[in-house]
Amino acid sequence: MAQQTLPMRRPVEFLSRVCGTTGLRIDIAAQNLILTNAATAIVFLLLGGIMGMLLGLTRWPEISLLSSVPDIYYRFLTAHGMNMLLYWIIFFEVAGLYFGCAIVLNARLVMPKLAWVAYGLMVIGAVMSNIVVFMGEASVMFSAYVPLKASPLFYLGTILFAVGALIAVILFFATVVVAKAEGRYKGSLPLVTFGLLTAAIIAVTTLLGGVLTYVPAFLWSLGLMNLDPEVYRLNFWSIGHPAQQINLAAMVSIWYFLAHITVGAKPLNEKLSRFAFVLYILFINLGSVHHLLVDPGISIPFKIFNTSYAMYLAVLGSMIHAFSIPGAIEAAQRIRGYTKGLFQWLIKAPWGDPGFSSMWISLVMFGFIGGTTGVVMGHEQINILHHNTMSIPGHLHSTVVGGTTIAFMGVTYYLIPLLARRRLVGAVLAKYQPYIYSFGLLFIIFGQMGAGALGVPRRIVDAFYEGAPIEVAFPALADTGLSIAGIGTIIASIGGAMFVGVAVLSLFFGKRIEEGKSILEKQPEPSISAEERHKVKVPGAFVLVFVFLVVFTLVWIGNMLWLGKVWPVN
Amino acid sequence: MPIHSPEKVWWKPIGRQERIWFWVSFVFVIVMFISMPIWHLLADQNTPHLSYRVTPERFTAIVSEFTKRYQVGSENGIPIVHPPAGEIYLLARQYQWMPILELEKGKTYHLHVSSADVNHGFSIQPVNMNFQVVPGYDYVLEITPPDAGEFTILCNEFCGIGHHKMSGKLIVKE
Repeated sequence: MAQQTLPMRRPVEFLSRVCGTTGLRIDIAAQNLILTNAATAIVFLLLGGIMGMLLGLTRWPEISLLSSVPDIYYRFLTAHGMNMLLYWIIFFEVAGLYFGCAIVLNARLVMPKLAWVAYGLMVIGAVMSNIVVFMGEASVMFSAYVPLKASPLFYLGTILFAVGALIAVILFFATVVVAKAEGRYKGSLPLVTFGLLTAAIIAVTTLLGGVLTYVPAFLWSLGLMNLDPEVYRLNFWSIGHPAQQINLAAMVSIWYFLAHITVGAKPLNEKLSRFAFVLYILFINLGSVHHLLVDPGISIPFKIFNTSYAMYLAVLGSMIHAFSIPGAIEAAQRIRGYTKGLFQWLIKAPWGDPGFSSMWISLVMFGFIGGTTGVVMGHEQINILHHNTMSIPGHLHSTVVGGTTIAFMGVTYYLIPLLARRRLVGAVLAKYQPYIYSFGLLFIIFGQMGAGALGVPRRIVDAFYEGAPIEVAFPALADTGLSIAGIGTIIASIGGAMFVGVAVLSLFFGKRIEEGKSILEKQPEPSISAEERHKVKVPGAFVLVFVFLVVFTLVWIGNMLWLGKVWPVN
Repeated sequence: MPIHSPEKVWWKPIGRQERIWFWVSFVFVIVMFISMPIWHLLADQNTPHLSYRVTPERFTAIVSEFTKRYQVGSENGIPIVHPPAGEIYLLARQYQWMPILELEKGKTYHLHVSSADVNHGFSIQPVNMNFQVVPGYDYVLEITPPDAGEFTILCNEFCGIGHHKMSGKLIVKE
């Protein structure tokens, strides 16, 4: 048996308390680290969010806030990318990893002092890069393509941040191993930890990609070595995209966690869900090449095999989760008695619980919009139509924001009462926040995709081309798309501010929850044996995934027909 | 439970609905994968695969010689060239496309595009076709313009502070 292969160690005592809601033993050192990392993440979210609002108001043609100062716009655009894609998300993921290993496994976090060192390195790196960017020494965008040069401190900041994150990931692995050796949990890893383990494995390869990218770039910026621009692009996307795959694995784990804690959902089939996570590990990093589909110097077979994540097998992983999670929710709801028709389980779901609504919105936005457009835009030939147009930010806002950020926000509404033991301040705001935020986001996403389809480039201060040698005019509809995105920016900013306000106020001023008291009012679990649970049918989720497949097919076929109409090229 | 170790039932056979969805998804992703090589065989719009290494200095020299040989006019200081079908050249540099190409409808050209400085994005509008331009690499796009008219070339890779002024032109004559 598996648990006997590791030598048992005498468990080390640690300061802990028992969670009143889940019955889990909570390591106080881990708890403090989780809360600090998550709170730091929210600070960077606020900073990146303010930047995002200013950018959105600039690209709204009727407002054009910063159009007269492109220098400032490009600084803010770089800062928006760095703060959102790296600092907000990775600080939060470190919190998630500590949660997944120490808390879920009833274990102690090994070497908490080293975890604080990791935190310190990440903060120093993030602050350093931010200062350089705001001083205008690194207006090179998130991707920082060589030979567009930034101050060496920009690359150094990113290296420090990546080293800190790598230490945190190593501590996650160490904690999982030690927890096993000390007998903190029996049997296999729980699914949430298993999912986070895949995120951590992907994080290791990603952060090594970061070393491969930023160390040469740092040396190059100091004039110590030459760096081929295409090699840099290939290396950059070995961190740039896999970083999003860490998000994906972490986000899916959070979906399982939130579905469980909000409606008591249990995975339909642990084997299949785990298999889907393994597909991510095996294939998903290959997908980074889909950023290089219309690049010189890379062969066609390499592009096709890699962009499809090895025959789209990682996409298959996501499609498995796309059924497993709604299916698990449906089964839990049906067991609870919501059995009428195809969709009573969904209609009667706890829509007023921000944990549940965030989870569902995240799932739908990621799947229906982010997943479909991502796979289709990353199709080898279809990419010709989308590369570097506004459609790309349209897509990435539906994955990174609509998917990951909304899931992270949703879990925050549970982390605060569970770990900080404080009730939410402004629970009414929290209740409506996921809807307002995602409503604004839909405007941004479709506005950007519309403008992109009409040819508007991304990463450009405005689309007026004033003072350009050749006059440029886009179809009027492109301006409409940008205006829609602008309106969405305002709505999403309100939703974002609601989140930050509720989270920060609750952390510091929320009403204390007594030790050992459950935060869940209702008793979720009707008792049912595992065998009976296994027999519950989920026709509603089954219909939903086929609706999803139809949407996916339409997006794909539509793009292929469009591609057939443009100029022949080879 | 996702936060507890799995119950013993977890290695039981996968349910029927999950099995159906798994195999439908599997077929779907394989069809999608195969569509890429098939498109290469059957359709006309494919990502170009031919590229050469070239230093920015050498490519700039080639373009200026090419411009001198076929120049027929100029617009706002940018030369207009009318080359015969075959090898044609376009240089991207901060923040300009050189020269303005005048092509003929239905003829096939090998458009060599490269950069004199940083990454740029080659974007023909309103056709909306987009390619990456990387310094040190001569990317060869075999194009056959099917429509006459004036087309804009935009830069859609961030290339510096003047990125939003980098526009060029492509003319296709009947």
